[in-house]
Amino acid sequence: MRIEIDDIQFSYPAGVQALRGISLTIESGEQVAIVGQNGAGKTTLVRHFNGLLQPASGEVRIGDWSTREHSVAKLASRVGYVFQNPDEQLFSRDVKTEVAFGPQNLGYPSEQAEALVNEALGMTELSDKTETNPYDLSPTWRKMVAIASVVAMDTPIVIFDEPTTGQDAANIARIANVIKILRERGKTVITITHDIDFCAENFERVIAMSQGKVLLDGKANDVLGQEDVLAATFVDPPQLTRLGKRLGLRQVVKNEDEFLAVYQTGADSCSC
Amino acid sequence: MAIVKLQNVTYKYPLTDTPALQNINLQMNEGEFVGVVGPNGAGKSTLCYTLAGFVPHFFKGEITGTVEVAGQESSNSNLHEWVLNVGLAFQNPFNQISGAKYTVLEEIAFGLENIGIPRDEMKLRVQDAMKLTGIHDLADRSPYSLSGGQQQRVALTSILVMQPKVLVLDEPTSQMDPIGTREVFGVIRTMAEKGMTVVLVEHKVEWIANFADRVVALHEGRVILDGKPREVLTSDALTDKGFGISRYTSVARKAKEMGLWKTKNLPVTLDEAVEGFKK
Repeated sequence: MRIEIDDIQFSYPAGVQALRGISLTIESGEQVAIVGQNGAGKTTLVRHFNGLLQPASGEVRIGDWSTREHSVAKLASRVGYVFQNPDEQLFSRDVKTEVAFGPQNLGYPSEQAEALVNEALGMTELSDKTETNPYDLSPTWRKMVAIASVVAMDTPIVIFDEPTTGQDAANIARIANVIKILRERGKTVITITHDIDFCAENFERVIAMSQGKVLLDGKANDVLGQEDVLAATFVDPPQLTRLGKRLGLRQVVKNEDEFLAVYQTGADSCSC
Repeated sequence: MAIVKLQNVTYKYPLTDTPALQNINLQMNEGEFVGVVGPNGAGKSTLCYTLAGFVPHFFKGEITGTVEVAGQESSNSNLHEWVLNVGLAFQNPFNQISGAKYTVLEEIAFGLENIGIPRDEMKLRVQDAMKLTGIHDLADRSPYSLSGGQQQRVALTSILVMQPKVLVLDEPTSQMDPIGTREVFGVIRTMAEKGMTVVLVEHKVEWIANFADRVVALHEGRVILDGKPREVLTSDALTDKGFGISRYTSVARKAKEMGLWKTKNLPVTLDEAVEGFKK
């Protein structure tokens, strides 16, 4: 399902102009990371995708729906949104009820809803915690409950707002795995993140925002290699991109495999 | 001189069977900057609560062993005295902000009001602390209208203003961009250089490697390593236990297997990696 954003502007009531004319198209099944400094407008932008915010001017279309013409509840069948802080979205007394709430509300037949819930619990490694009260779980596992409750809605578009904040290496790997499964199923995944290494390892397209505008938009390697431009929005390139650059590698690398491959050819040619 | 002394500290939360901390022995010197690393559930936050006196005074549960700061023992003190010894900035700033104050300025003065600091001195200390952490332009905003990163700065400032002997920070920059992170680490480093002891829990290991004097690795409630940042953070003992590893360390480890890394030590920081890979 395609997302089309046509020249949108948005200001908060206090007068802060958060979006200053943004146009974007995100195709069905794309994996997109949005990066940029605090206050760049990342969260404001994605909250337009499910109608939580409406633009002052311009238009957002999710498939054939304009977000002006459909309620947030209706848009929830197309766009799932995982909040940055799980405590802003969890309210049920046990994990299974929490995860089942979304699909039940979207009106899936009960058998299908049950299957979606079990699948989401499996994907997030929560199958052994279904009876637990979400607030008896550690913040790490509460994050997985928040993710499961959105994934279970089986929407074509899933948005993650800062999924790796405060997570340890094991949980970041779990989240990366959920994103990988969603990609294999042809879902569109949009993630806001400050974790630029996570971005480099899991996303094909990167949008860098600054002061309410799109600064860069393109293939991950093309965007993440532009150290000088990224500096304007306080983003440091990924660690291995920086290392590659300091070593003078011939091409931009973003993860371990790319680094080792390019470094090795360089090293081989030196030794001959 | 050791200002913090934990001896044989074992602690269980109420209604739990497994200790969250097991036989912890740690000493920290005045002005030392100690990084604490470990996977989720290792006991990092519990260690922070223990240093800050919330364990056992607030969380109850069973504690054995002794926690001593500046010669006073935690179990013999009250929490309201202990805040002068140890200040803790919570992992989630939302849980720390009092909810009783309408502006950032008042929020930061809240602790000082409670310990009865005279008004003139209070104003000065609040202004100085806000300048230090770069939030003076937020003074009149509501703490709840701020972004996560800004809330974290407010939370840090409201602890710094108390001038505790020991500053305990539980992932103080988790919601900040790299520039914000750099500024805050700079402020914390300065506090350590002025003699404040800093205990900082952090997943971003390169930052610890660049700023801390020493690193303690916790796993399943125990200290498994304690030493110089590079030695601890590149140790094989951390492998497969869920510890965050610097990309520089892990890529060099792979390169070593391929015969492409020839230095004895593995790197944690960019500079170390550049130096090693140039050889």
